[in-house]
Amino acid sequence: MSHTPKDLRYTKEHEWIRIQEKTAYIGITDFAQDELGDIVFVELPSVGDEVREGETFGTVESVKTVSDLYSPVTGVVVEVNESLNDNPENVNSKPYELGWMIAVEIKEDPTHLLTAEEYEALTNA
Amino acid sequence: MTLKRTPLFPLYDRYGGKTVPFGGWDMPVQYRDGILQEHIAVRTRVGLFDVSHMGEFEFSGENAESAINRLITNDVTRLQIGQALYSPVCHENGGTVDDVLVYRLAEDHFMVVVNAANIEKDFNHFRACEPNAVIKDRSKELALLALQGPQAVDFLETVADQSVRSIPYYHFLQNVSVFGISCLVSRTGYTGEDGFELYVHHRDAQALMSAILEQKEYPVIPVGLGARDTLRLEARLPLYGHELGDDISPLEAGLSPFVKLDKETFVGRDALLAEREKGVARKLVGFELTERGIARADCDVFFEGERIGFVTSGTFSPTLQKSIGLALIDARFAEVGRTCEIDVRGKRLQAVFVKTPFYRRPKTIS
Repeated sequence: MSHTPKDLRYTKEHEWIRIQEKTAYIGITDFAQDELGDIVFVELPSVGDEVREGETFGTVESVKTVSDLYSPVTGVVVEVNESLNDNPENVNSKPYELGWMIAVEIKEDPTHLLTAEEYEALTNA
Repeated sequence: MTLKRTPLFPLYDRYGGKTVPFGGWDMPVQYRDGILQEHIAVRTRVGLFDVSHMGEFEFSGENAESAINRLITNDVTRLQIGQALYSPVCHENGGTVDDVLVYRLAEDHFMVVVNAANIEKDFNHFRACEPNAVIKDRSKELALLALQGPQAVDFLETVADQSVRSIPYYHFLQNVSVFGISCLVSRTGYTGEDGFELYVHHRDAQALMSAILEQKEYPVIPVGLGARDTLRLEARLPLYGHELGDDISPLEAGLSPFVKLDKETFVGRDALLAEREKGVARKLVGFELTERGIARADCDVFFEGERIGFVTSGTFSPTLQKSIGLALIDARFAEVGRTCEIDVRGKRLQAVFVKTPFYRRPKTIS
């Protein structure tokens, strides 16, 4: 059974978002990492890059497959989890903590996000 | 299309198996440990695979040997009772119908083990080429478990009623009782490690798998097709549909040791002789990516801007911790040390051609 923290927001594309003031921290969900299997590469943007809601900002590659990452927000990347270069497996073991991917400075709060309950309903369907 | 299931399907869930469609079958790609840990278990300890989707044909009668010898490129006449060999099967034009294992069960009795996706195609091909051969499809009666890894021999020795340690590579014993279940035990595999393949009747397959995984003496874990693929690729073992196919000859795939052109006759001989005379147009090469990423099957390979071929298989090698693969390229460029570029979803990544196999198991004194 995958884990879905109540205090986060989610997308249909299996990203999670934690918004603190005007910064959105983004990663992929426990459900997503479990579906992908062992992750061996994570490709992320650089600090200063712009990401747009609904567009890809990187890729995550497991032994099995490769998957695009979709940004749930529009804004400028202010921080990137560089430790995933050497420890991509953190996305598998700690998807909501050590496995976070990027932080984006946002001007407006995103609109189309799911609550934990809504996301769970989606993944249990 | 409904996916077929092996008799072991009901057990996958107990071990956290996740299934995917593979050649028309619903097969476990991994179990609870995941591909990397399953891979490491087979390289260092022992793992168990359900490969019951493979097909088995029996050839019998006094013309069995000659019929098989006209169907395969390798030479079955040198096979002793209790011995197995690997061989491509070709079309008249030299393309590959399948790659198979042939077991000599008795003087006039053989078992030919074929790839799951090719069972029907092979049967029709065999029938068309050898209409007088007595061929029986036993795929629906036989299950197959592969026990692979450096500890496979020690473990199997403790649970079999006959010594399996003395079975040489590519030899087998019939009617071995393993946990009280009658098996054909073959010292073969598809991982690059020492190990065995156990052919067992469908009705006994679940009991055998449970007994192996539930014993506590040896750390045998279930391993899915995901790790089977990374293991076989590190060992440069070809996978039909990737390194071999109807439009790829065994000579292009580097399998000339298994193509006996000095045999009098076999399907595809003329085409393969001509190809050898002329020199192969394409060659299978190993590569390593020198940048992050994985170049998977069908990615195009470029040299100085010119397309020279395509990737047949690519993965992340858990043993080498590198991104590796095989590519079928214009033979003129097939040179170890040469650098090339591979198009990975619109990005050109640097790669270098390297010697294969990528992994060779350490020699042990036995």
